[in-house]
Amino acid sequence: MVTNITNLSRSGLYDWMVQRVTAIVLAAYTIFMVVWLLCNGSVDFAAWQGLFQQTWMRIFTLMALISLGAHAWVGMWTISGDYLNERALGKKALVFRFLFQALCGVVMFSYVVWGIQILWGH
Amino acid sequence: MTLKVSVYRYNPEKDAVPSMQDFDIEVPEGKDLMVLDVLALIKEQDDSFVYRRSCREGVCGSDGMNISGTNGLACITPISEAVRKGKLVLRPLPGLPVIRDLVVDMSLFYKQYEKIRPFLINDAPPPAIERLQSPEERAKLDGLYECILCACCSTSCPSFWWNPDKFVGPAGLLQAYRFLADSRDTATEERLSALDDPFSVFRCRGIMNCVNVCPKGLNPTRAIGHIRNMLLASGT
Ligand code: SF4
Ligand code: SF4
Ligand code: FES
Repeated sequence: MVTNITNLSRSGLYDWMVQRVTAIVLAAYTIFMVVWLLCNGSVDFAAWQGLFQQTWMRIFTLMALISLGAHAWVGMWTISGDYLNERALGKKALVFRFLFQALCGVVMFSYVVWGIQILWGH
Repeated sequence: MTLKVSVYRYNPEKDAVPSMQDFDIEVPEGKDLMVLDVLALIKEQDDSFVYRRSCREGVCGSDGMNISGTNGLACITPISEAVRKGKLVLRPLPGLPVIRDLVVDMSLFYKQYEKIRPFLINDAPPPAIERLQSPEERAKLDGLYECILCACCSTSCPSFWWNPDKFVGPAGLLQAYRFLADSRDTATEERLSALDDPFSVFRCRGIMNCVNVCPKGLNPTRAIGHIRNMLLASGT
């Protein structure tokens, strides 16, 4: 068994599942937003704020945000293992890979926190 | 008819870097030679040229190589299918270290094969004659046992190129499923738990290059899907 400490869960199956489920959430959110925008013609500030005042919309959006973070983490982690590994970069790979993963982690975490701030801010 | 053939040459004892060498090969009119025949004709011209072959009929798996951009067995690929733009281009299987010319070092490929424990595991005392299977149970092994380990599939798989030390690859996974699907094998759980890490199975991105090139017409992607479903069933 190949072990790894930086992927989401330690289990390939769990990571795989997370990526599938989050993809469905993101697809649902995208479809909802497109339909909502189409149905509401010209959207003004009041309509937009009205939508995001709803608790269900905030929950839905937060779910989409967290899904985006998790989905992107699994994806970026995979990419870093393909292109930033010892075969591609030699001995320096570990440093590059770690920095890249750390950067991705910070970016995704920031997006989630920032998103929460926007959703529940005024 | 003269056939233009471009061949990958590399002899680490003499060459600093690999290079492509062109040959003009006289092939008989009105007869569709196999690529392996062309290799023999090249060797007549240049005795230092090296490649592997044995059975010359697609059962031993030794002459897997990259033929005009697609992996295949030289012995069962007719030149009529392999010549592109008037030229035949022969390279070693991609992604594995080259030992010399078209001969690659298959150690990593075999290591992955070894990892999946490619043998029947059953600790029950063997019956006097043999372990029986119903025709239906036996049918589940069709499309799996025929693999000749030519490595055409694994060396066409980008995931295997990037992580040949961690990702089992299509050939190994096809065999992993061959034993998971065997009604006589009792190690299903251990086999599955050995595969449930982020690399061994889950590096497969479903690109299906493996299915495209398998000279035996096997479908590793489907086998990988079955393994994933078995993992899902045991994990949820
Ligand atoms: S389907 Fe999977 S195993 Fe086959 S070539 Fe694609 S990534 Fe590799
Ligand atoms: S699955 Fe097909 S391509 Fe892959 S090693 Fe077996 S015979 Fe060769
Ligand atoms: S020589 Fe045996 S498979 Fe081609």
